[in-house]
Amino acid sequence: MKLSKFSLLLALGLLLSVFMVACSSGDESSKDSGGDSDKGTEEKAAAEGEDVEQVLNLLESDTIPTMDVSMATDEIAFIYLGNTMEGLYRLGEDAKMTPGIAKDHTVSDDGLTWTFNLREDAKWSNGDPVTANDFVYAWQRAVDPKTGSEYGPYMMGGVIKNATKVNEGEMPVEKLGVKAKDDYTLVVTLEKPTPYFESLTAFGTFYPLNQKFVEAQGDKYATSSDTLLSNGPFVIKDWKSTSTSWNLVKNDKYWDAEAVNLNKLTFNVVKDPQVGVDLYEKGKVHRAGISSDLVDKYSSHDDFTITPEASLFYLKFNQTTSDALANVNIRKALSMSINKQALVDEVINNGSVVSNGFVPANFSFHPETGEDFREINGDLVTYDKEKAKELWEKGLKEIGKDKVSLEFLGGDGETTKIMNEYLANQMQSNLPGLDITLVQVPFEQRLEKDTNMDYQIQFSGWGPDYLDPYTWLNLWLTDGGNNKMGYSNPEYDKLVQSTVNELALEPVKRYEAFLEAEKILAEDAAVAPLYQSARAQLISPQYQGVINNPMGATYDYKWASVGAAE
Amino acid sequence: MTRYLLKRIMYMAITLFLIATISFFLMKLLPGSPLNAENKLSEEQAAVVLAKYGLDDPVPIQYLKYMGGLVQGDLGISFAFSNTPVTDIITDRIGPSIQIGFQAMLVGTILGILLGLVASVFHNGFLDYGSTILAVLGTSIPSFVFAGLLQWGLAVKLGWFPVALWEGFEYSVLPTIALMIFPLATAARFTRTEMLEVLGSDFILTARAKGVRETGIIFKHGLRNALIPLVTIIGPMAVSLMTGTLVIEQIFAIPGLGDQFVSSVMVNDYPTIMGTTLLFAFLFVVIILVVDLLYGLIDPRIRITGGES
Repeated sequence: MKLSKFSLLLALGLLLSVFMVACSSGDESSKDSGGDSDKGTEEKAAAEGEDVEQVLNLLESDTIPTMDVSMATDEIAFIYLGNTMEGLYRLGEDAKMTPGIAKDHTVSDDGLTWTFNLREDAKWSNGDPVTANDFVYAWQRAVDPKTGSEYGPYMMGGVIKNATKVNEGEMPVEKLGVKAKDDYTLVVTLEKPTPYFESLTAFGTFYPLNQKFVEAQGDKYATSSDTLLSNGPFVIKDWKSTSTSWNLVKNDKYWDAEAVNLNKLTFNVVKDPQVGVDLYEKGKVHRAGISSDLVDKYSSHDDFTITPEASLFYLKFNQTTSDALANVNIRKALSMSINKQALVDEVINNGSVVSNGFVPANFSFHPETGEDFREINGDLVTYDKEKAKELWEKGLKEIGKDKVSLEFLGGDGETTKIMNEYLANQMQSNLPGLDITLVQVPFEQRLEKDTNMDYQIQFSGWGPDYLDPYTWLNLWLTDGGNNKMGYSNPEYDKLVQSTVNELALEPVKRYEAFLEAEKILAEDAAVAPLYQSARAQLISPQYQGVINNPMGATYDYKWASVGAAE
Repeated sequence: MTRYLLKRIMYMAITLFLIATISFFLMKLLPGSPLNAENKLSEEQAAVVLAKYGLDDPVPIQYLKYMGGLVQGDLGISFAFSNTPVTDIITDRIGPSIQIGFQAMLVGTILGILLGLVASVFHNGFLDYGSTILAVLGTSIPSFVFAGLLQWGLAVKLGWFPVALWEGFEYSVLPTIALMIFPLATAARFTRTEMLEVLGSDFILTARAKGVRETGIIFKHGLRNALIPLVTIIGPMAVSLMTGTLVIEQIFAIPGLGDQFVSSVMVNDYPTIMGTTLLFAFLFVVIILVVDLLYGLIDPRIRITGGES
């Protein structure tokens, strides 16, 4: 009996060890294969001297929702469209326009007719030439109500002649103000002079499409790498709409293929930032994002890099739901009561910078002097506890109250919640008699409350759609689509409207009108600017030449390369 | 037997029909639509998009259309991935989930049963206490804690395994270990308790008196009887393991169904949520049937006969 118990134990022990061996052998083989491939690349690198494999390994935060230029609405889609496609122009370093499919263009004196001369050597990845008709087809498709595009009418409406009417079904698509004079001449008629139209032509919604190919694919178009054509630096491989990994491979048919150094970029979806960092530390990837909670841990890392972005975040004051917020002194007091430096240094902590205006820094430059918009207008809304208190008391007297209760609508993300608490606390502790209730809801719900103007103070943000101060300052026009807070100042409206009407063709006066308008916005304290965001990342020294764009394709890999390993 | 099977399959169909109906109407009560950038969209545009997804029909018509499609295996088009059928999303994503779930289930249950056996045979001994402690830890510590520890220890620090991603068998080892802790602990606990009870019963005493060998007593008479309660819980456990575990999949960046399900919830992708829910429901009812049939195999006393059950 005793013996048989032990024989049982022995048998079990043997069985267990079989599992152990199974596990560890798998581990060994993985180590071996890893070692082999490392050795392989080392040998190859040694054989080719200084040359390293031109392959970048990167991560993405989510799947690509669509590769259809007319249907794209989000950052991820625009990144991969931007690297596989090319419009009339392409954003280069410092958001300077560089030639794309267009060699050059002329604008008529009234600013309404733009004639683009297309290069004749541009080809689609199947060998077809890229012609003017490809643009006509793509733009018509974008505004055709049957397509159901969201960004088409949003980006083209009011810019390209008849876009809105075509989209509302009042006119046939042929009436859209874009025509192919011949295969390589594209004539665009605008609704009104639009000085920033050139930067729009670099945006995803304005890319061309190969009509024959798109129509042949039908509903399947752009659902996988097999049902896509590229005319840009790379083609996407091994991708379908649900993929969590894919590759970009150099497009040999691209007209400027000589300028493209990278042979391949690999992408994997990793949602947990810590995992991304672990992969980075193991040398698996060349770049990893650092979320706010990880910044302290990695800010002293050699490869820690901060990249400024062009998005602004601010507080909106709804003037229709509270008599306190309808008072300009109270709004001013609220704007000035927040220590923004502490907000970006201690709460957000990812390299974001304080914003004291309504147009971000490094975004728009004076047409003659080249000076930055932010530098010219300076700090319009700053933190000043004493002044805030003074204005607060003055405002309270004007509305005849000594106590005010306000509701603060914010997001429900982890960092966002801490930020909401901080902002509410700053306002409450610096302004006696103020009581703030926090309402924290998911993004979708906040948008709905915003649309219905069902809030008092709201934390909100905006990213630019094109390179012009208008993308920021049109937000606050009376009844502007994103005003939604009852702000209205006829003087402001007049100035901002003039930039797309009578001043459209006078760059300097136009720029001055923007500067003037921004000052009015600050004087009215319509919104309280808080910060301009930034990205904190670990970036390998080998990762070189990647262009960070303020809009559209956030990363452009056309000119990127892999540098020598350390 | 055939009659019993047919009856069970009919019940399954009714259950699934009810689940589909209830979840359909629950989804209709929630806000959200396939429009990604609502604030940038005119009313005319919105109408076109809604019509594309058949959301302009009255709800009862939408329901009939959905159920019609369902019968033909069509789960509709995803809101989040343009022009992609929900069935494609599910088939693309279920592979890794099933692989990891299956590996974890298989290895976890076998090791668990062995552990439980050892514990019961060496009752109140050192091995018993050891395996009990292990089982308590295994059931009480959530799998993502193990996942995090394994990843940090074996992958980040020691470099024995890949940190994350999904590129081959070695990538499935850590997630499998993290995921198998729970079935292992559960199986060990059940086996030990049941074995102790069975080994103390009269027929074991009889067997011993008749001179049956100890291994025969443990495996043939003991284990077989002790397995019945375990089989009951293994079925549903297998479904939940194989349909993907969000946290494990996120930690190891595995393109599985659990991860997809949660992101669909985040973006209000109702067709995909519906499709995945129905898949879970379908697997559950099938597994429950399989378990009922398995009882008969293990214990002749529950063998199904005629129309009686």
